[in-house]
Amino acid sequence: MTLLARLTGGVPARSLWGLGLLLVLLLAAPALLGKYGLSVLILVLYFAFVGQAWNIMMGFAGQLSLGHALYAGVGGYIAAGLFFHYGIGPWAGVFVAVAAAVAAGSIVGYLGFRFSLAGVYFALLTIAFSEFTRIAFDHWGWAGGSGGLFLKVDATSDILNLRGGPLLFYYVILALAAGTFILCRLLLESRLGRYWLAIREDPEAAQAVGVPVLRCKMIAIMISAALTALAGVWNAFYYNNLFPETAFAMGRSIEFTLAPIIGGLGTLFGPIVGAVVLTGLGEIFTDLSEVFHISGLKQIFYGLALLVIVMYRPAGVWPWIAERFGFGEKRR
Amino acid sequence: MSGARLELDGIGKSFRGLRAVHDVSFDVPAGAINALIGPNGAGKTTIFNMIAGVYRPDAGSVRLDGRQISGLRPDLVCDAGVGRTFQIVKPFKGLSVLENVTVGALHRRPALPDARAYAADILLQLGLHDRRHQAAESLTLPDRKRLEVARALATEPKLLLLDEVMAGLRPTEIDVMVTFLQELNQRTGLTILLIEHVMRAVMALASNIVVVSYGEKIAEGTPAEIARHQAVLDVYLGEAEPA
Repeated sequence: MTLLARLTGGVPARSLWGLGLLLVLLLAAPALLGKYGLSVLILVLYFAFVGQAWNIMMGFAGQLSLGHALYAGVGGYIAAGLFFHYGIGPWAGVFVAVAAAVAAGSIVGYLGFRFSLAGVYFALLTIAFSEFTRIAFDHWGWAGGSGGLFLKVDATSDILNLRGGPLLFYYVILALAAGTFILCRLLLESRLGRYWLAIREDPEAAQAVGVPVLRCKMIAIMISAALTALAGVWNAFYYNNLFPETAFAMGRSIEFTLAPIIGGLGTLFGPIVGAVVLTGLGEIFTDLSEVFHISGLKQIFYGLALLVIVMYRPAGVWPWIAERFGFGEKRR
Repeated sequence: MSGARLELDGIGKSFRGLRAVHDVSFDVPAGAINALIGPNGAGKTTIFNMIAGVYRPDAGSVRLDGRQISGLRPDLVCDAGVGRTFQIVKPFKGLSVLENVTVGALHRRPALPDARAYAADILLQLGLHDRRHQAAESLTLPDRKRLEVARALATEPKLLLLDEVMAGLRPTEIDVMVTFLQELNQRTGLTILLIEHVMRAVMALASNIVVVSYGEKIAEGTPAEIARHQAVLDVYLGEAEPA
């Protein structure tokens, strides 16, 4: 079976047309949107991308990680540090960054999965590792310690070193999000993907039908960590600064989980829809809170949004939309 | 697909000092259908779990066609050719009936379309084909039992372990399942070991019966022999009062 057939097999025509139209719109977006609109769209794509990465672990393989900031932080710091100290550009540094995040993910995964930590206990382990790492980076001189690591702001376009304006970062994050969407689809339509779903539903029954549970979970955390590290590298070069207090913050890990939860865990399109809902509406509330001088409106909105979703659409927004409009994707 | 010979050689298992199974030995010849019976808590499921790799026996060994499988992980035991069902059914609830069985079929058929086609065929044989697109959690208990059998069969085992798949089925449904298993056994030579309380099914299917009580084997023989066996009668009906 060709790759294309695997990608599109069983997908309703209207979904394919919809996706094609969306891609064209996203490619043309910088010409259609102003500076502010583009900055919001960049954020949407960033959260869609990390959401997809996290969704591989939780949505597909059923393993709850509340410490994904670890991989983004490690990835971002390493790529930024290599550039800052040795002038090694991120296109090369990213390989080191991803390797380090995958190594970190393997340690967390092996400790958790080998000793059968499940559910909240595994989640606690992921939090613990993220916190250790935060403290380590607080004291690590090479990475700037608690004072942070700063990259020189340089808006002259230098694609080779990922230096440039929002337009460059927009197309990079778009490529990452779109590529990951395709990757997730291919994974889900493979033996590995089905094994993940089986593990999520019942690990004991999965093992009884021949699923190598430990190996499949390890692959899930490694892929998820690698993608999250890419997001971290992108984030470091987009914002030009890194602080342990924010890069490894619990809040950042939680932020990564919101888009897939709201959009629909275990779906392909859920993290994207969730990112649109959260970031799009979040920005509106940020503006409103400035207009009305009420701080924290965005946080209140996040809280309410989660509450409403959990109560009325526990499977997420996307499965509901998909069913209503015949896009065909259910929670797998 | 053909059957494999199962040999249990003096296996035992204790949980925190509580002796669940002690020194149990029996063989199931290739292509045979045998039953494992005994009162509740006798250790039948523990024996199954030792065969299937969930527990490592404290003593003794389990061999499949002469190859030792005790101590292997469950997925490797499956790989060696053992399919099993769970007494308390464990469907992949959120997945469709077809996807449930497809996961089993993927073990020996790595390509998804191939595995799906094979799974659909098994569902047809078990009368679940009409319900293949339903979520497994929406099935009734008898259908979930059938799903357990279908998923185990999809791994193309040489030995099938059935843990109380008749429980909760109506008499007519039991007859359908019995006929299916007989036909499957004759057609493929698959070896079957079943734990069962439904005597109607045991008597119709098993050529040989092993009886366990308090973790030990107390009798073994043909259905006719077991029905007359004094120790078995004592266990099931209570010992006769001394006159």
